[in-house]
Amino acid sequence: MRSEPSPLAKTTKIFVGIGFICLVFSDVAITTVDPWDEFGRLLAGLVSPDFYATDSVIQAIAYTLAFAFLGVTLANLMGLFLALLFFSRIIRTLCAVIRAVHELFWALIFLQMFGLSPLTGVLAIAIPYAGIIAKVYAEILEEANPAPLKSIPFGTSRLSAFIFVQLPDVWAHFRSYAMYRLECGIRSSAVLGFIGLPTLGFHLETAFKEGQYSEVAALLFLFYLVIATMRFWIKRPLLPIYIIGAIIILPWGVQFSFSNIVRFLTEDIIPYPIRSGGSFEGLSDWLHLMVVDQAIPGTIATLQLTMIALVATGFLTIILFPLISPLLLGKFSRFFGHIFLVIARSTPEYILAFILLQLWGPSMLPAIVALTLHNGAIIGHLIGRYTETVQLRLDAVKGFNRYIYEVLPRVYSPMLALLFYRWEVIMRETAILGILGIATLGFYVDSAFADLRFDRAIFLIAITALLNICIDVISRSIRSRLRLQTSLKQH
Amino acid sequence: MSLLEIHEETVGYNGTSVLRELNLTIKNGERIALVGESGSGKTTLLNLIHARLGNVASLVPQELGLVQALTVFHNVYMGRLHERSVWRNLRNLLLPLKADIGLVVPILKTLRLEDKIHSSVGELSGGQQQRTAVGRALFHTGEILIADEPVSAVDEHQAREILNSITSNKPTVVLAMHDRELAIEFSDRLIGIRDGLLVLDEDASGMKPSDLDHLYRNKDE
Repeated sequence: MRSEPSPLAKTTKIFVGIGFICLVFSDVAITTVDPWDEFGRLLAGLVSPDFYATDSVIQAIAYTLAFAFLGVTLANLMGLFLALLFFSRIIRTLCAVIRAVHELFWALIFLQMFGLSPLTGVLAIAIPYAGIIAKVYAEILEEANPAPLKSIPFGTSRLSAFIFVQLPDVWAHFRSYAMYRLECGIRSSAVLGFIGLPTLGFHLETAFKEGQYSEVAALLFLFYLVIATMRFWIKRPLLPIYIIGAIIILPWGVQFSFSNIVRFLTEDIIPYPIRSGGSFEGLSDWLHLMVVDQAIPGTIATLQLTMIALVATGFLTIILFPLISPLLLGKFSRFFGHIFLVIARSTPEYILAFILLQLWGPSMLPAIVALTLHNGAIIGHLIGRYTETVQLRLDAVKGFNRYIYEVLPRVYSPMLALLFYRWEVIMRETAILGILGIATLGFYVDSAFADLRFDRAIFLIAITALLNICIDVISRSIRSRLRLQTSLKQH
Repeated sequence: MSLLEIHEETVGYNGTSVLRELNLTIKNGERIALVGESGSGKTTLLNLIHARLGNVASLVPQELGLVQALTVFHNVYMGRLHERSVWRNLRNLLLPLKADIGLVVPILKTLRLEDKIHSSVGELSGGQQQRTAVGRALFHTGEILIADEPVSAVDEHQAREILNSITSNKPTVVLAMHDRELAIEFSDRLIGIRDGLLVLDEDASGMKPSDLDHLYRNKDE
């Protein structure tokens, strides 16, 4: 009488199995002598933030916002333009490639070309974001109501049809997505500080290494405040002022040489054996070294960490979303749930991993916890909000029974959809965490940049991008096979 | 014995009144049918009765309230969630216990749904979903069953089967019905609502569907 297990349950079992196997073979440990002692000092700092530690606190926030504003504005312009050309296969592929490379990798590349010029930070955000925005805007345009477009006179030009018919229809969607991207941009901008740009991350790293936890607290609190109050200070008439302000405050005076840029693009990134006119043997040695010693171990560690983080994120989401669900908790408890989720999802994985690494010492554990906490809070937030639209029958049970029978089965499929949607994001972030010393692909990329072996760095970044595109393709096929929809509408 | 007495000046949501001058007494063992146009206030009255009675009554809401991702067994079992331990519920969610399947099967048999016990509700037809929701209310241990249009998605033959199953399993029932003939056949007390007022409250025996004409607005007027 038992019927086939549902495809959702089967997929879940397979992924949990893979995640578990990855965890068994992972290196998870706390290696610091006294992690609690350090944690205690961090907590003491957190409750006594020192906003006057340096005058750089305000400057750090201002620079962080300036990079984010210019980068995201540029990305929106380019993304909109690319979205209109999305019917072309070449444009679609181009967008897939530029968004498969993480903004920190872009920053490391531009750092070689433009040095510490603001151009490095602005482009590092603008380029990958343009690829993401192009895809999302193209999807929004595709889903727009086609009826009005059919009712305009023959011979109307494409552009005027777009401006008068399509754009007004999708404008609200574009605006809310652009707002979300700006929030992401502020997070990215903060993290860019870790590779030397004058944003929040730079001061955070310095303060942390010096044990100035009160300054760390001040930086983090201001950062949360800026993000949490975004919808109050982002107003359309103020946007030009912010953008002009951003252009004014950034230190454009930093010089860069064009010959440097040309050399980087035409010589430095060409594999060394080819550049030096070496033999075929030399090239095969180079490839052997790159693939066997770096790309393969880096890829294995990246995939391993990604799978652990993906499954753990799923488990954490199941625990976190009730914190803000009106079906399960009262107003008072939900208030604290919201605060916790805002903090967890506003803190970039990179910063979380950095902090945990200082507390626990090097292993995969800080990265796993950081990725899980950040992504679990994001999906938990979306699912929690989704439950606000779910109508339960009047005589539905209460408490834990309601959670497992009424709520969880209803949100399970949208939750898996979001989880698979973020799989690629988690992978991109996993690779990047290598810069902190975990042996994922980012570790090898960072080492290659540090040794000024740019040919190796570009090769490894290309491998990372390829891996990311593969994950994206697999995720999309799973989502379409399970008929999972990421747009959270009640059916 | 009187089960419930309701005396209200007005009943409504957010300041708009749906029912007025409401005086209603329900006794144990009564089989009540509510008739009236859609929008006259039947659903509001049913929800009010259910809210007053609490867990001694089970409810079949008009929109059914099924969990599409779960099986028929799970949805019917949900009628007794509040009486079981959380561990047992968790166990049944992951792997249904034989003992509980044994309790659910007889109810599904009377609804001719036993072969669908392990199907997801999302895959069922509208009529099968409606029977699942009735099954959940029957599995509930309360003596009273309240149902809002419980046979709107099935043909007349199946409607009789379902209504038979409801009235033979629960001593007290309150049903909102759009089919006047079935309403008279399966109730012993008819309550008619028009524009938020109870304008009819009579013994159902001997009534004809045409006796209820005045509850419905004449389309030609």
